[in-house]
Amino acid sequence: MNSALGTTANTLDVTMALAVGALFAVGFYLMMQRSLMRIVLGFVLLGHGTNLLLLVAGGTPGPPPVVEGKTPHPEVADPLPQAMALTSIVITFGLTAFLTALAYRSWRLSRHDEVRDDVEDRRIGTAQERAETADDTGRIPGDAAARAEGRQ
Amino acid sequence: MTAFLLAVPVLLPALSAGVTLLGLPRSVVRTLSIVVLTGVLADAAALFVRADAHGPQALNVGDWSAPLGITLVADRLSALLLTVSALVALAVLLFAVGEGAAERLQGPPRVFHPAYLLLVTGVSLAFLTGDLFNLFVAFEVMLAASYVLITLDADEGRTRSGMTYVIAGLTSSLLFITLVALVYAATGTVTLAQLGPRLAELPDGLRGALALLLLVVLGVKAAIVPLHLWLPDSYPTAPAPITAVFAALLTKVAVYALLRTQTLLFPRTGVWTLLACAAIAAMVVGILGALAQDDINRLLSFTLVSHIGFMLFGLALFDARGLSGTILYVVHHIAVQAALFLTAALVVRRAGTAALRHMARWPPPGAWAAALFALPALSLAGVPPFSGFVAKLALLRAGTAQGGPAAYALAGTALLTSLLTLYAMTRVWTSAFMKQQSDPSHGETDPPKPSPPASPWPREHRRRTGRGTGLMTAAAAGVTATGLVIAACAGPLSMVSERAAHDLLDPQAYRSVVLGEEDH
Repeated sequence: MNSALGTTANTLDVTMALAVGALFAVGFYLMMQRSLMRIVLGFVLLGHGTNLLLLVAGGTPGPPPVVEGKTPHPEVADPLPQAMALTSIVITFGLTAFLTALAYRSWRLSRHDEVRDDVEDRRIGTAQERAETADDTGRIPGDAAARAEGRQ
Repeated sequence: MTAFLLAVPVLLPALSAGVTLLGLPRSVVRTLSIVVLTGVLADAAALFVRADAHGPQALNVGDWSAPLGITLVADRLSALLLTVSALVALAVLLFAVGEGAAERLQGPPRVFHPAYLLLVTGVSLAFLTGDLFNLFVAFEVMLAASYVLITLDADEGRTRSGMTYVIAGLTSSLLFITLVALVYAATGTVTLAQLGPRLAELPDGLRGALALLLLVVLGVKAAIVPLHLWLPDSYPTAPAPITAVFAALLTKVAVYALLRTQTLLFPRTGVWTLLACAAIAAMVVGILGALAQDDINRLLSFTLVSHIGFMLFGLALFDARGLSGTILYVVHHIAVQAALFLTAALVVRRAGTAALRHMARWPPPGAWAAALFALPALSLAGVPPFSGFVAKLALLRAGTAQGGPAAYALAGTALLTSLLTLYAMTRVWTSAFMKQQSDPSHGETDPPKPSPPASPWPREHRRRTGRGTGLMTAAAAGVTATGLVIAACAGPLSMVSERAAHDLLDPQAYRSVVLGEEDH
């Protein structure tokens, strides 16, 4: 509870700091790749990095703060960042599952794992590409009239 | 009573989201969602009346007091925004129900109602939360629901743009946890009410770094200009009601979080030059992007990016007049942006295309659609006597009262952007609502005009104007009417936002309510 009362004397564990730094670096590197699977893995690593950082933020480790009616040990571990880390682990876990499902759907639909350039990027490409994308945009799916019109 | 009022907007939609997953008949689920959102709206209005009369209201969930437990706080600003958001969320839900009836959807989306209710839960929690970590959780609840909604029943193109949206959202969320961890390590608390004084004691460099990280995190979520690239790429691809609710609420929640955290955590005096530059860039880049668009939904998304700049205008001035202008602008923009997207959806349904130059070839939709579009469009451009004029006037007066180069630059850019917004809206108007003259110079490049059908609309278009369209039109009209009511109540509303702005600048009442009287 020390740091909850604002009297922290944090000494930073170098190993933890390096681990967090490495997870952040690798995570962000992977997220900047073109392959969806690598982006998912990057998100997972980055999530681990942030959860670890939350634990490090709790300060020095100590005995658990749960005591049976006795006066708490003066150097118990700070429970607040642990609770936050738990919440955050649940959230990153759920979102990882969702992201994996989305990547799988993307692969099912397009049969490749690459992230394509977006519409805007292609619009400022060549005139040929511009003509193609202009016809791609703004139709209601399944609307036969507009599709026939777009083809002309 | 206060405890009840504060708990309802968060708990009621969350619990009913669970109930809607039980596999009840479709009509029951629909009715339940509508009843729940009506309940949230009534509750938010009551909360606003109470907060305006008696000052901030707080609830310690589970009776754990502030620095350790979860605190819900409603002051004038959060209750006001909660009320407007609940109203717009309800109208958009009605629109979606009407659309579902019109399409006679057979298969699932059974997921729509639970996800929508969770979205409302997240929005309510974000407005009411009293600590930084819970703000993160609120954003996650809201965004997780929005990830589901934006990729609902998606084809290849929508999956791609949904992916952009999800990954941009996730990255900013991970940075948000990083921020929470760093803030906790530096100060030993995440309660917003406690953080202000604690952060003031930190060394300048550390404090600046934390402030910058917070600005980046909320900047991604609010689509502030260098960080806006995900928005125009993803919003327009979602189904119309979903785009409308995202555009109306999600970025505004981030702007609210920015207002709350900057005034409470990093109070300053004088103009905030960095944010002023971001605001100017947002206004200019957004509106120029809008002018370049041909797709009506993309155009509206870019105007959204542009008008986020107006909301930053007031915050960058960082005085009572500026903040009050920002609050007015957020309230007005929630209603107007939703109305524009909903009306655009009606127009796109009738024309069968969202591309403006294809739209021009169909006979224009009726006068009702034209009126429904014209009112919010003029309001967005800031033409008197609509709500946009009131909000922009408040901002401009704040800018000129403050003086100084940054304030004048902001005011000038705001005027220019309003003019260009009017131009962008006129472009939509001429394509979608005016009868086109056949132009010989375009005759060769454009495909020949389809032979005039016997009825004014081709068969598939007539089919679309069946059952449910009435409800959709009514919902769009409801949101438009909300904008008009905002304009009509401009006087009282300005007074409320002035009081809310003073609360923001002098958060003593907020702090003492959250922390209990003895804690300072």
